[in-house]
Amino acid sequence: MNIAITGLNNVDSPGPGVPVIRGIRESKEFTGKIIGLIYDSLEPGAYMKDVSDINYLIPYPSAGLDNLLERLKFINDKEKIDVIIPTLDSELYGFAKLSSKLEEMGIKTFLPTFDQLNFRAKDKLFDFAVKHNFKVPKNLLATSISDLYKLSDEITFPTVIKGIFYDAYIAHNFEEAVGAFHKISSKWGLPIIIQEFVKGQEYNVAALGDGNGDTVGAVAMKKLYITDKGKAWAGITINDPILIKLSDDIIKALNWKSGCELEFVKDEKSNEYYLLEINPRFPAWVYLAVAAGQNLPAALLNLAISKDQQKFTSYEIGKIFIRYSWDLITDIRKLEEITVKGELING
Amino acid sequence: MSNYKVFDNLAVSESGFLFSPSTGESFTLNPIANQILHLLKQGETINQIKEKILSEYDIDESSLEKDLDDFINQLINYKIVEEK
Amino acid sequence: MDKKIYERPVIIKQQMGFMNKFGSAPANQPLTHIDNVSVVEMAEKYGSPLFVFSEKKIRQNYRNLNRIFKTRYPKVQFAWSYKTNYLNAVCSLFHQEGAWAEVVSEFEYERARKLGVKGENIIFNGPDKTIEGIKKAIEEKAKIHIDHFDELYDIINITEKYNLKADVGIRVNMDTGIYPKWDRFGFNYENGEAVQALKRIISNERLNLVGLHTHIGTYIMSTEPYKIAAQKLVVLANMLIDQYDIKLDYIDLGGGLPSHNTLKGQYLEAEQLLPTLEQYADAITSPLYDLNLSPSEFPTLFLENGRVLIDDAGFLVSKVLANKRLSDGRRSTVIDAGVNLLFTSFWFKHKVRPAQVSSTYTESATLYGPLCMNIDIIRDDVVLPTLKKGEYLVIMYVGAYSVTQWMQFITLRPNIVMITEEGKIEQLRKSENLDYIMEQEILPEKLKEFSI
Repeated sequence: MNIAITGLNNVDSPGPGVPVIRGIRESKEFTGKIIGLIYDSLEPGAYMKDVSDINYLIPYPSAGLDNLLERLKFINDKEKIDVIIPTLDSELYGFAKLSSKLEEMGIKTFLPTFDQLNFRAKDKLFDFAVKHNFKVPKNLLATSISDLYKLSDEITFPTVIKGIFYDAYIAHNFEEAVGAFHKISSKWGLPIIIQEFVKGQEYNVAALGDGNGDTVGAVAMKKLYITDKGKAWAGITINDPILIKLSDDIIKALNWKSGCELEFVKDEKSNEYYLLEINPRFPAWVYLAVAAGQNLPAALLNLAISKDQQKFTSYEIGKIFIRYSWDLITDIRKLEEITVKGELING
Repeated sequence: MSNYKVFDNLAVSESGFLFSPSTGESFTLNPIANQILHLLKQGETINQIKEKILSEYDIDESSLEKDLDDFINQLINYKIVEEK
Repeated sequence: MDKKIYERPVIIKQQMGFMNKFGSAPANQPLTHIDNVSVVEMAEKYGSPLFVFSEKKIRQNYRNLNRIFKTRYPKVQFAWSYKTNYLNAVCSLFHQEGAWAEVVSEFEYERARKLGVKGENIIFNGPDKTIEGIKKAIEEKAKIHIDHFDELYDIINITEKYNLKADVGIRVNMDTGIYPKWDRFGFNYENGEAVQALKRIISNERLNLVGLHTHIGTYIMSTEPYKIAAQKLVVLANMLIDQYDIKLDYIDLGGGLPSHNTLKGQYLEAEQLLPTLEQYADAITSPLYDLNLSPSEFPTLFLENGRVLIDDAGFLVSKVLANKRLSDGRRSTVIDAGVNLLFTSFWFKHKVRPAQVSSTYTESATLYGPLCMNIDIIRDDVVLPTLKKGEYLVIMYVGAYSVTQWMQFITLRPNIVMITEEGKIEQLRKSENLDYIMEQEILPEKLKEFSI
């Protein structure tokens, strides 16, 4: 079986491609080839040992869907792709829209629907949560800088300023909020989300929904060590039935199909979980779930090819991941190969 | 018209990939740019190069001159060639 | 011996973490022909810049949207939004397809009448209707959508003074969850103003309440607001049925559907982000089945779409005037079409494609219009092959609003042509000349002479 996977950008704010591949490779059922789909010629996963077998540059989502489809057709002619697993937030709309065309080409996907992507989008999450009685920090939207000024009376500091796809800053005063607005909007567009800052510990859940309301697996993690961007650099699996039940309920409310990461903060005062975000793909730490006994990436692959997949009911508590960086050495010839030909055989 | 010298240590491959060992920058060239750079490396003058391109390609002299000027200026900016 | 095809020599510095050539190369596929007609030949014959419309595409768009709605609701009637594009040829084409006219001023009303549209097939919207305009619309049996109470009282006065009966509806504004809220047109739903207006109409014997209208906004990117809007109109319609036994002739959900143009500030291309037309149609039509009526009594669903029907059927062909490098080394290209012709470039990232097969190597560039004005920017940053002076490019999706919002500023407005289904080129509007512009001006006698 040939599986194409994106998100090999294993950098300090990593894409989930490499751990997803690692999970699939460790599944006893898997035999075949892993094709890395990369947006940049220096995505580390394309050069790492035992990750992808071959890599192809593909056009950015913003270059238009026809272009992406053309490129995928070209790659499919050479590689006969069975399943594509996109793993980056910003490309999911595009792949979701292309899924029927990919199916016609014989390529399977296991993606959230367009509506699911919309309901969980960062600017809509608040409404979704309120509708279904999930606790959620208060949210304001700014579609221009003048909006932000208009909202200035309603914002209490500190507050969280978030982009629609990526990026978040904590602003302690209005000037910082304006700075964060410009930083985020120039990169990720509008609107900008201004979110109530709930003080407390953060907890994350990696999960897989089957698209019919059921959760195939879910593993909860507490961050032990974070980077200046708030990304987990180390984390530990924890056991809290309330958190897992809450995750199940959210996945049921959305009929979520595909992998996801649910982010919560446990309010210091009330001890209640507030839903911060639903990321529509596995987190970069998803290999911790694999190590704790729930191979969610391999399970997603099974669902994609309509193979039976048992539900996971438990996982090992106290498993820790520690991310590390490692300087991989390669040669200018490799860079030339990928830059000029757009493809690179790994190893 | 001035003539130009390519910095010695530049590595240009057939595929149009150029790596500058001194600055660490890499570049891609389209086939005609690659051809011109190779000619410069061989020590040909701008006039010689111009004639060669005019005889080989369907292009008028003044358009080529403008394009060559722009291209050479970029090569100078990128520290790939210098004026002799 | 044939010479080889020339392309400019290009060197691109590899910037890791930015666009690479595989990330951008296909984005600039040339568009050499529109409906099999050569772009360059058209530009050479009719001059540049040049607006080109495709009859085939317009008809396809209309038939497609019509099919989508008619397969979801039994009675559907489109009304062509004149302000989107009121070229006679374009309006006539939509009327041939069966669309009524939707106008928002007396100027547009008169255009529709002059073109041969009957008053009874005109929907008259907007906040600006004069006494004369209202009187004429009443006499000609147009559907008048009342915008505010002052207008309602004007209509009542006119019907009394001239002993007339008027077919009216009201425009309703509401909270559909979108931002910004459009509450400046019509009567508000949430605060009860809409019901109050309806009661006032019902109590007047000279007014015949025929429909409800809303138009929730423009370029609406999700389906949910339409669903909410339809639900709220259905609540009003059911109230009319239950309390007054009034069965409306129609419910008008307005327009606002987006085209494939991508907004500035949007990271993803519109085509990835936008729901399908089928999903919009589902959202609009499904609440209508909650009307307390038997299916044979269902009101007609009116739709006033403009942008979605015409945007991708319009093209702006433009010629490269110059290439230059900016102070920071970035490339810029100056073309002969500016913001005077393309108002929409202030909020859209219009797709731009070269009109001739050129270099496969691309470079990011700023695209400037020809005006001697700093704001004249068609695209801040667009990846294009290197274009030579005199080569053409095509700005895509410009069918909506450009030839109504364009202005005569610094230069004259150019020719507009349409490629017919038969492949013929018909001129729709002649380019302006100095006499045409001067004709309306009056130079006072004492200012006629000077010596410098």
